Amino acid sequence: MSELTKLTIAEALSGLETKKFSAKELTAAYIHKMDENRRFNAYVSETPEIALKAAEAADKNYAAGTARTLEGIPLGIKDLFCTKGVRTTACSRIIDNFVPPYESTVTERLFAAGAICLGKLNMDEFAMGGSNENSCFGPVINPWSKDVPLVPGGSSGGSAAAVCAEMCAAATGTDTGGSIRQPAAFCGIVGVKPTYGRCSRYGIMAFASSLDQAGPMGKDVRDCALLLKVMAGHDVKDSTSAFKEVPDFEKVLGQDIKGLKIGIPAEYRPEGLNKEVAEAWDKATAMLKARGAEIVNISLPHTKYALPVYYIIAPAEASSNLARYDGIRYGNRVDGAHVDDVYVNTRTQGFGKEVKRRIMIGTYVLSAGYYDAYYVKAQKVRRLIQNDFNEAFKHCDVILTPTSPTTAFPIGDKAMMENPLNMYLNDVFTVSVNLAGLPAMSLPIGLASNGLPLGMQLISRAFDEETMFKAAFALEQDAGFKRK
Amino acid sequence: MAINNDTVKKIASLAKLKIEEDRLDVTRDEFNKIMDWIAQLNEVNTDGAEPLVSVNAQQLVCREDVVTDGNMKAEILANAPASEFGYFSVPKVVE
Repeated sequence: MSELTKLTIAEALSGLETKKFSAKELTAAYIHKMDENRRFNAYVSETPEIALKAAEAADKNYAAGTARTLEGIPLGIKDLFCTKGVRTTACSRIIDNFVPPYESTVTERLFAAGAICLGKLNMDEFAMGGSNENSCFGPVINPWSKDVPLVPGGSSGGSAAAVCAEMCAAATGTDTGGSIRQPAAFCGIVGVKPTYGRCSRYGIMAFASSLDQAGPMGKDVRDCALLLKVMAGHDVKDSTSAFKEVPDFEKVLGQDIKGLKIGIPAEYRPEGLNKEVAEAWDKATAMLKARGAEIVNISLPHTKYALPVYYIIAPAEASSNLARYDGIRYGNRVDGAHVDDVYVNTRTQGFGKEVKRRIMIGTYVLSAGYYDAYYVKAQKVRRLIQNDFNEAFKHCDVILTPTSPTTAFPIGDKAMMENPLNMYLNDVFTVSVNLAGLPAMSLPIGLASNGLPLGMQLISRAFDEETMFKAAFALEQDAGFKRK
Repeated sequence: MAINNDTVKKIASLAKLKIEEDRLDVTRDEFNKIMDWIAQLNEVNTDGAEPLVSVNAQQLVCREDVVTDGNMKAEILANAPASEFGYFSVPKVVE
């Protein structure tokens, strides 16, 4: 039965369709894996009863011939997505008892398509972090760890670890500065950050509203294409969700990439770039070239400013968004003599260190006298970063870069703990995409000499995920990466 | 533009957070380190660059001004740390 958890979604759907196994058997197999792999700390809430009940309903639909797109596929949901009647915490102490009375649009669409919820996945508190160490439920362990426990990346660390360790068929993630792509790279899975506006943000606890975007994390490129089709589309409950038609992303998989122009940005190869990361990048470039793609050298001159821009804009938006956690309407309250003391006590005890740090930075850059110097300046540089991509896409169709400058690092790494800037720098290849609102994805390309997965990132034009999927599928075929 | 302890206290109070006295120096130093790093943006010539507020190119549309939900007092209060008589309750505000 453990073999069932090895199947991709596409394979599982075909097995369910042909009655090789039931949705109940498939779900039970994943629940078994969740028990077996509890040491990774990937789940923060498990819902096996809900899952098995949904699996029974799925089996009835298969029997009746009324199976839906994702009928009977067990998923893990990042704990940032509100799930009706199932505790949703953002992995923060301030709201660790919250039971949403409503469903996020993305999860509503997945479940309406027949997908099954196995439970809620661990993450960095309010999606702030790149290692999953900022969770009030403790860190997640990367399933690739050997002697030393390694981070799974973050913030969607639980999602990446759960997919990697076959504790769900696929998972949802969110990406504000790399939170889907970096953990996908660290855990050797595929993760997609769609174009800003492709998926509704309704019911996803907000971190930085102009950057946040939900996306799928799966075992392979096809599974992510299948999931994104269901997750995407306009939603009246999110005015920033796009009116664009959602294409059948799966259709482009396997299409010829001959003549496709692949952009290689010079700025992503700074002096001192890890040698193995650079080699993997060259290898991936050669694979695409061998298929007849044209390699084009491009320049994204403002790349080095993307991180400082991000660390103004994201904290500024976060400080506003997180103002709602005041201990009055939901979440935990720490009492005080006066209502103002309630606010201060609740927030001081409820938020973790990194979240407080970002609220402070955000409050500072938005405060009187500094608004123009920091916030407006950052927005102007953000414009220049977007212009860089617009210019680059005049010369190429898709951009290829490494996803992360390193492989997974140890939990409690001293350099990361002592200086938050070291952690921030890990997002150097991923943040620009969020600032420009573009779609990007990470897929595993091979193993470094330390035995850990390396990820490659593909970036395409806004609302042109298809080109990115097409190139990713070709790379996936040629890389022949063996999942854990 | 170095940040001193008074600024740290002021920012914390604006953000409704409390920084313990013995954490003030550490917080200040960390804050300065991050803001110094951010200051590299001053190298960038942004003359003529329009601030990018949102990457969303589409026009916001207005829907008809009608009530689409409501009558869910129990659901709204279900997660409240304290409520009374159908309201959220807080400590006494007016003496």
